[in-house]
Amino acid sequence: MNQLISGIPVTYILGLAGILFSIGVLGVLIRRNIVIIFMSVELILNSVNLVFVTFSKALSHISGETIVFFVMAIAAAEAAVGLALVIAIFRHKKSTNVDELQSMRW
Amino acid sequence: MLDLFPIVVLLPLLGFLHNGLLKDRIPHRFAGAIGTLAVFIPFLITLGAFNEFNPMERTAPHLVPVFDWIVIGDFKTSFGYQIDQLSLYMTLIITGIGSLIHLYSMGYMKGNKGYNRFFAYLNLFIFCMLNLVLSDNLVLTFLGWEGVGLASYLLIGFDYDKSSAAEAGMKAFILNRIGDVGFILGTGFLFWLGGSLQYLTLQTNLQELGAFSEYANLVALFFFIAAMGKSAQIPLYVWLPDAMAGPTPVSALIHAATMVTAGVFLIVRLNFVFLLAPDTSFFIACIGALTALFAATIGVLQNDIKKILAYSTVSQLGFMFLAMGSMSYVAGLFHLMTHAFFKALLFLGAGSVIHALHHEQNIKHMGKLFGKIKTTSITFLLGTLAIAGFFPFAGFFSKDLILEKTYTYGAFGSILWTVGVVAAFFTSFYMFRLVFVVFFGKDNIDPHHKVHESPWTMTLPLILLAVGAVFAGFLQTPHFFLHIDTLERYFAPVLERGFQLAGQSGTLVEHSELAHDVEFSLAAFSVVIASIGLLLAYFLYQRKQSQILEEHTGFRKILFHKYYIDEIYDIIFVKPYVFVSKIVAYHFDTKVLDRFFLGIGGSFGVIANGLRRLQSGFIGDYALYVVLGTFCILAYLLTRGV
Repeated sequence: MNQLISGIPVTYILGLAGILFSIGVLGVLIRRNIVIIFMSVELILNSVNLVFVTFSKALSHISGETIVFFVMAIAAAEAAVGLALVIAIFRHKKSTNVDELQSMRW
Repeated sequence: MLDLFPIVVLLPLLGFLHNGLLKDRIPHRFAGAIGTLAVFIPFLITLGAFNEFNPMERTAPHLVPVFDWIVIGDFKTSFGYQIDQLSLYMTLIITGIGSLIHLYSMGYMKGNKGYNRFFAYLNLFIFCMLNLVLSDNLVLTFLGWEGVGLASYLLIGFDYDKSSAAEAGMKAFILNRIGDVGFILGTGFLFWLGGSLQYLTLQTNLQELGAFSEYANLVALFFFIAAMGKSAQIPLYVWLPDAMAGPTPVSALIHAATMVTAGVFLIVRLNFVFLLAPDTSFFIACIGALTALFAATIGVLQNDIKKILAYSTVSQLGFMFLAMGSMSYVAGLFHLMTHAFFKALLFLGAGSVIHALHHEQNIKHMGKLFGKIKTTSITFLLGTLAIAGFFPFAGFFSKDLILEKTYTYGAFGSILWTVGVVAAFFTSFYMFRLVFVVFFGKDNIDPHHKVHESPWTMTLPLILLAVGAVFAGFLQTPHFFLHIDTLERYFAPVLERGFQLAGQSGTLVEHSELAHDVEFSLAAFSVVIASIGLLLAYFLYQRKQSQILEEHTGFRKILFHKYYIDEIYDIIFVKPYVFVSKIVAYHFDTKVLDRFFLGIGGSFGVIANGLRRLQSGFIGDYALYVVLGTFCILAYLLTRGV
C-alpha cells in the first residue's frame, strides 16, 4: 500500500475524514435547525467519500472512486427530496426547529 | 342363509337410521312395525343359518369378511363376522328375545311422545349387540361393546327431562368406562403377545407361544375388569339398579337379557386365555359368588318392583360368573340363556303390572292382583318358579349345573357352593315375597286406579317367554332326569379349541364326574332350599301379612339402604372428585392457569410499554440511536474481528 498520497500520509487524510465525520454526527445530534442537520449529513457523506478516494488512491484500485460517484448521486437525490420535504414542512409548521416536529410518534 | 348373514346385522342398522332420521315424520304404528321387523327378520335368517350351519356336526366356524377397516402396517382390522356355535347361540337369544321385547314395546310405549326415538335406540342397541357377538376380532367386538354402552346410556336417560333418569344414564356410562379400560389394556396385551386381533389367529398364535401362560392371568384379569363393568359385578354393579330409570322394555332387553351378559360372552369367546389363567379364574369365581349373595340380600328389602328385579339380575349374573370362574363355560352359557328367558319375562311382567296400575312401581301400593290381570299373573308366577329354581323349570337345570360344577371346582369348591346355595335361598325368598305382596296378600291399590290387562302386543311376548322359561331347561339335564347333554355337545367345538390342559398338573378344566347319588342329593338340596324360601315368604307375607321386614332397624336398615354402598362410593370417589374439580375449576384455573397465560400476554404489554418510550418523535433521539447502534456494531466487530 502506498503510504503517501501527493506527499501527504494516508493517516492524516483518514484523521481529517474522522474529524469531518464526527463534526457531522455531532451536528445531526445537537443542532435543532433542520437545514443545519441536512448540512451535517452532507458532511458525513463527504467524509466517507474522502475515505473512499483515499483508499482508492492508496491501493491503486478504481472501485473506491466508483462508489464515490454513487454516493454523490444519492446525496444529490437525498438533498433534493429532503429539501423539498423541509419546504413542505416549513409551510405547514412555520418552523424549522425539529423539536417542534414530533407529531409522528406513538 | 349363511351368505345372507350380513343382513342380520344390517337390518337393525337400517331400522335405526330409518326411525332415527324420520322420527318426526312417520306415524308411531309404522315406526314400531319397522323397528320390530328389523329384529324379527334377522331372527328368521339366523334360524335358517342355524340349520344350514348344522352346529352339532360342524366344528370349524364360518367366516364372513365384509370389508377392511383399519390397515396400518402389520396391524389390520376388518369388519368380519365369525359364525360359530357361540355367536349363533347369542344371536338367537338377542334377536329372538329382542323381537319379543320390540313387540311388547309397541304396546307398552303407546302414547309416549318419544315413541319413534325409542325404537330407533332399540334398533341401534340390537345392531351394536350383534356386532359384539358376531365379530371375528377384538376391535369390532369393542366397537359393539361401546355401542351397547351408548345405547344403554341413551335408553336409561330416555326420559331426559327427568334429572334422575339423566343421572342414572351418566352413572351407567361412567362405571362402564372404568371397565372398558380393562378391555383396551387386555386387547393391547393380546396384540402384543399374539400379533393379531382376530380370535382364530390369536388362538393358534398363542398356542404356539409357550411363554403365554406367564401373562395369561394378567390378560384374563384385564378382560374380567371389562366384564365387571358391563355385567355389573362387585364393585362396579351400582349402575344396574339405577338403570331401572329407563323404560321397562329396556330393563328387560338390555339390563337383564342381553347387554349385561356381554361379559359372560367375552369370557367364553376368550376361553383360550381364561383356561390358562387359573388364578384369575378363581378370583372370578369368588367375585361371582360374592355378587350373587350380596345382591340377593339387598333384593330382600327393596320395595320398587323393578329394583328388586334389578338386584336379582345382578345376583344371577353373579351365578354366571361363578360358572365362568369355575371354568364350566357351558353351565354359564346355559344359565345365560335360561336367565334371558325368565328375567325378560319377569321384567315384562313387572312392566305389565306397572302399566295396569298407571305407572305405580312401589309394591306396597299393590296387592291381590292375581286374577285381575290373569295372563300377567300366571306368566309372572311361572317366571318366579323358574328363577327360584323349582323342578322342572328352566332355572332349576341351569342353576343346578352351575352349583354342581362349582362343587367339584378345586379346593374351595364347597365354600363357593355354599355361598351359591345361600344366594339361591335368598333368591327364592325375595322373589316369592314379591309375588305374595303383589299378586296375593292385601289389596293396597289406589282405588282410583282401574286395573286392566295389557293389550295383546304385551301379553303375547309374556306367553312366549313363559314357554321358554318353563322348557328351555331341557337342553341340558342331570343324569337322574333324562340325562340330556345337548348343550355340552353343542358347545364342544368352540370350547375345545382352547388349550389342552389335560397334560398339566392341577388342571381345573377337567371336571371329575360327580357320583350320581351326590349329584342327586345336591339337586334335591337346592330344591329344598328354594322351597324353604317360598314357605318363609308365604308365612311372612301371606299368612301373617307381616310387617316384620318392613321395620328398618339394625341390620335390616343396612340392607334396606343397600349396605350404603352408594353412599360409600359417594364419599370415597364422588365427593373427593367433585372437591378436586372445584379446586381445579375455581382456584387452580383462575389463579394458576389463567395467570400463566394472561401473564404471557401481559409481559409483552409491559415490554411494549417500555419500548414505546424510545419512540419520542424527536429526530435527535433517533439519530442518537443510530449512532449508538453503529458504535455497538463497530465495537463488536473490532473486538471480535471481522
